[in-house]
Amino acid sequence: MTDLANSFRTQPDERGHFGQFGGRYVAETLMPLILDLEKEYRAAKADPAFKAEFDSLMAHYVGRPSPLYFAERLTEHFGGGQIWFKREELNHTGAHKINNCIGQILLAIRMGKTRIIAETGAGQHGVATATVCARFGLPCVIYMGSTDVARQQPNVFRMKLLGAEVIPVESGAKTLKDAMNEAMRDWVANVHDTFYIIGTAAGPHPYPELVRDFQSVIGKEARAQMLERTGKLPDLLLAAVGGGSNAIGLFHPFLDDPEVAMIGVEAGGHGVETDKHAASLTGGSPGVLHGNKTYLLQDEDGQIIEAHSISAGLDYPGIGPEHSWLHDIGRVKYLPINDDEALEAFQLCCRLEGIIPALESAHALAALPKLAKDYGKDQMILVNVSGRGDKDIFTVADALGAKI
Amino acid sequence: MSRFESAFGKGHPALVCFITAGDGDTAANLDALVAGGADVIELGMPFTDPMADGPAIQAANLRALAKGTTTADILALAAGFRARHPEVPLVLMGYANPMIHRGADWFAAEAAKAGVDGVICVDIPPEEDAELGPQLRGAGLNMIRLATPTTDAARLPAVLEGSGGFLYYVSVAGITGKQQAALASIEEAVTRLKASTDLPVAVGFGVRTPEQAEAIARVADGVVVGSAFIDIVAEHGENAAAPLKELTAALAKAVHNARETVA
Repeated sequence: MTDLANSFRTQPDERGHFGQFGGRYVAETLMPLILDLEKEYRAAKADPAFKAEFDSLMAHYVGRPSPLYFAERLTEHFGGGQIWFKREELNHTGAHKINNCIGQILLAIRMGKTRIIAETGAGQHGVATATVCARFGLPCVIYMGSTDVARQQPNVFRMKLLGAEVIPVESGAKTLKDAMNEAMRDWVANVHDTFYIIGTAAGPHPYPELVRDFQSVIGKEARAQMLERTGKLPDLLLAAVGGGSNAIGLFHPFLDDPEVAMIGVEAGGHGVETDKHAASLTGGSPGVLHGNKTYLLQDEDGQIIEAHSISAGLDYPGIGPEHSWLHDIGRVKYLPINDDEALEAFQLCCRLEGIIPALESAHALAALPKLAKDYGKDQMILVNVSGRGDKDIFTVADALGAKI
Repeated sequence: MSRFESAFGKGHPALVCFITAGDGDTAANLDALVAGGADVIELGMPFTDPMADGPAIQAANLRALAKGTTTADILALAAGFRARHPEVPLVLMGYANPMIHRGADWFAAEAAKAGVDGVICVDIPPEEDAELGPQLRGAGLNMIRLATPTTDAARLPAVLEGSGGFLYYVSVAGITGKQQAALASIEEAVTRLKASTDLPVAVGFGVRTPEQAEAIARVADGVVVGSAFIDIVAEHGENAAAPLKELTAALAKAVHNARETVA
């Protein structure tokens, strides 16, 4: 057991800071609500009934625990360490996003809020939010950049089937960042009755903390499953990082296991040396956006630069503040993977494992050609397959020049 | 006496006018506001992600950035304004990231050098004051804070701590340029705020017409108008000075005389 003073798992501090990152950079209108949310979250965390309801929904509605799977053919293919998958793509709604949505909607209900809003990039968080709103009978408005609406039509229709109103956002590059701006504008105008279900481990405190806590079910399960199946902890964890919720969910329960290395995979787009990427740690610098201080893609005047990634879920110029901290202290390494490498890994996983991964998760898989051979056959690499790729088949077909 | 004390000490309510730096012929537009009777100027610093702003000011931000407006350009506009108008208080208003990017000390020193009197930063609440507040105050500038309908009595002391110049009451929980709050709620809020501070209280968000401005000026020390000016710049582009002056004059007349028309 690591003592508290040396633990990586005691962040954030009482003001919501992870080192210099995080915090509460919001308009005054939102501050009282943010403080209320924090108070309510502390109460919920200490309430066994809240945990029981969360756990029950996780088991019977989401379908947890998600399997731990040995990817035998990919392991053979790379000829290095053993490759294992945490199968978050098998969750209800097809991604890890539902874990967080269940937790947040229970908080919203506790706080007496009667209307839910959310932003979405790839549409996975929008679908998960629409799903829990349907399940609990709350009206739901999803903000989505119109570029993403165009490239994620199946998820747009799913959200509508689930009863959500999808509002296309036309500002900026019309992607995730702009959807988040518009959701915050809605929130500030409707704070009295509206709960904002933020989809990633970012935004003003306490969102990065509570999203991480809800998503930590991934790492807690994986840690127990690994020990049970192999008697050991994995040697390396791999997860894609946009805002970073699936990655922090996997990493956090392992942070105090010094023998476990961790790599977060950022979206390198056309390459971090170009102006078309979404690798905010590799290619950005600290700044303030969307309620928190974190690494951002920005110019010399602090104006935010548009991100680019083939994966709509990673197409964001910032990252959750805890990742910024873990990057700065060196506990987690971050590696950019380009669009073409992710596409290659996407296809390889389809053909060798019979699993169509989300393009987000394909970024994590695309680190394997670079890393697997550095590990021995008795060593284990655990990849978070955070979502399924059915939503991405149109984007992939387009990139491969195929007609559907 | 500071410029703010003079501006709010003229014996009538003050008209506070907002335009976005780099949108249209900003120097000429600022002169037009002063010529029309503006008592305080807020110069908006454009940002790529203006989360608290409605469509009009969002568009103004993007127009300014599309023209290549930089932080250096904004400081030069401020310095030029100060040279031409030694008496009119000038406030820079914007979002945290462009203000702290080169370091809050740098920004505070440059703003002070340019003759700026105060700064409004939308997304630095009292809880994050350390990011910018001490640096501004150290450079002799006022950190002008926002109070909102959600700022309750328990929070108000924290909002007032370290704030200066005037207190900006955001009359609606929402974004700029949209609906206006009911007058009764504004009056109640201003009374409550003034019981806790000696700072003048200016009221803004959703104020567009001389009639609205006059009604608010009866109960507040100042009235802030923004989106209505921004709409004029959007419509007239580089030639907005004359219509800006015209609207400012109408607003100034309404605001300055508001208390005299009440029997």
